[in-house]
Amino acid sequence: MTERLSAGAMTMPRDIAPAAVAERRFAVNWRAIGLGLYLLALALPIYWLINMSFKTNIEINSTMTLFPRHPIVTNYVHIFKDPSWYLGYVHSLTYVVINVVISIAVALPAAYAFSRYRFLGDKHLFFWLLTNRMAPPAVYALPFFNLYTAVGLFDTPWAVALAHCLFNVPLAVWILEGFISGVPREIDETAQIDGYSFPHFFVKIFLPLIANGVGVAAFFCFMFSWVEMLLASTLTSVNAKPIAAVMTRTVSAAGMDWGMLAAAGVLTMIPGAIVIWFVRNHIAKGFALGRV
Amino acid sequence: MNNKVLDNRAWFFVLPVLVIVLFSALLPLMTVINYSVQDTIGPNAFFWNGAGWFRDILDPTTDIGARFAGALRRNLLFSGIILLIEVPLGIAISLCMPRKGWKVGPTLVVMALPLLIPWNVVGTIWQVFARNDIGLFGYTIRALGIDYNYTVDPTSAWITVIIMDVWHWTSLVALLCFAGLKAIPDAFYQAARIDGASRWAVFVNIELPKLRRVLVIAVLLRFMDSFMIYTEPFVVTGGGPGNATTFISVDLVKIALGELDLGRSAALSLVYNLIILAICWIFFTVTTHLEGREETPG
Repeated sequence: MTERLSAGAMTMPRDIAPAAVAERRFAVNWRAIGLGLYLLALALPIYWLINMSFKTNIEINSTMTLFPRHPIVTNYVHIFKDPSWYLGYVHSLTYVVINVVISIAVALPAAYAFSRYRFLGDKHLFFWLLTNRMAPPAVYALPFFNLYTAVGLFDTPWAVALAHCLFNVPLAVWILEGFISGVPREIDETAQIDGYSFPHFFVKIFLPLIANGVGVAAFFCFMFSWVEMLLASTLTSVNAKPIAAVMTRTVSAAGMDWGMLAAAGVLTMIPGAIVIWFVRNHIAKGFALGRV
Repeated sequence: MNNKVLDNRAWFFVLPVLVIVLFSALLPLMTVINYSVQDTIGPNAFFWNGAGWFRDILDPTTDIGARFAGALRRNLLFSGIILLIEVPLGIAISLCMPRKGWKVGPTLVVMALPLLIPWNVVGTIWQVFARNDIGLFGYTIRALGIDYNYTVDPTSAWITVIIMDVWHWTSLVALLCFAGLKAIPDAFYQAARIDGASRWAVFVNIELPKLRRVLVIAVLLRFMDSFMIYTEPFVVTGGGPGNATTFISVDLVKIALGELDLGRSAALSLVYNLIILAICWIFFTVTTHLEGREETPG
């Protein structure tokens, strides 16, 4: 047993499930290979986009090269110099942040209520909330356009932020409810006996206990607001144009400007990558929405 | 959770959510219902059409009905295929993932990366990557002697859209399963080892039952989102070639925003939304029912 382990330790990670170690007879670690291939498959299309963003359009269209022969950064320089390009990122990030703040702020008390109390119609309300997560954005594109034009919010980040609340608020309530239910009721009762007022208790004692849950819920709201494009581009025209809508400009009469498109695409991945890095330790539990 | 207190004042906590979701769900929904029973000839000239649009949509012999039936068939096929690929693949990947050590962080980050790429960029990535002249994937397939061109060949288009979705979303299933696997105590594995259980027996008797809860979430999320898919196929294939990859959302946006056919698109929206709701409700009820039946005796 010990010999086998030490022989295998050179090639295989020791962190595999304990049951698997006992039956391992070969030094070939199929799990690592499988995972490696999968990660490679995930990375290749992304690499291709990065690769293309450093090429000229002539090189993209004429040759098939695995890396840029004559790397250029003009595509990126152009984006950072032209306000109509870089403001696209600013607009997108603006409505995403507004959406995350609104979603978490309204979802927290609601999730607490669903987790701690029974009240008239609670189950129906919860299911109804979730049904909004199932509403296709395509269904809402046109009515949202009418609604936000009518209330004067069309072409502002608020229109997109509020529209994204349709699916992010239910999701946030669902995630937070899972995390809040993991905190024992006794804590609420003890705080009450100790004479804490409810708001004081909620902010000072309860919020720190579910900080992970709040982080995870914020992550998911960020994610779904950042990636959604149909509503974002329908509800804006000039002043709040998201990067997705700006990117369609690369299709012109002169043909596709692949280099610019690729550079713009690469830049849209960066905020997501940064956010993932910060939440990577909670990501596993977070993806189970606090329910394992 | 049976120790909840009955207190109707909890409604005050729910009120902000209610206001905001009513504003962004109920008002548009009323607009949709309003349009769905009317016909329009030019701006602001509406007249009553009753259930006419609904009859047309549900009748495959009409023009719109045939379009809807075709798109619905494609949607169901698409959701079915990607669930059949992504769920087993996701489980397999999650079993391969490291549980401890420095490798966990980078693995999670790479896996989560596709999930945070805006959907139109996902479309763009595959639009290029699958091109048989300038994209690595398409070029390689063609170099292998297989006739592959997603802009003219429906089969190639379908393969592209499916591989794109598998690339985009399998990580979600894998991460959910990973979370489920991490929640299994080591003692379970030790007991299995003492019993001399095979790897397969460990998977079927220990891991799979523990994964059921997260798998329900995974299947629900993947079904909902694949059934609503719009941006990615729209960017890659534009619904083509012909209408080979025209899913309901793609067609709906075309009718609503392209042809500005308010009545038809509204009726279509309602039918579409109700189908998703019905399937999710059935799935949810069946799984919670099964879960409840298995947990009550124990």
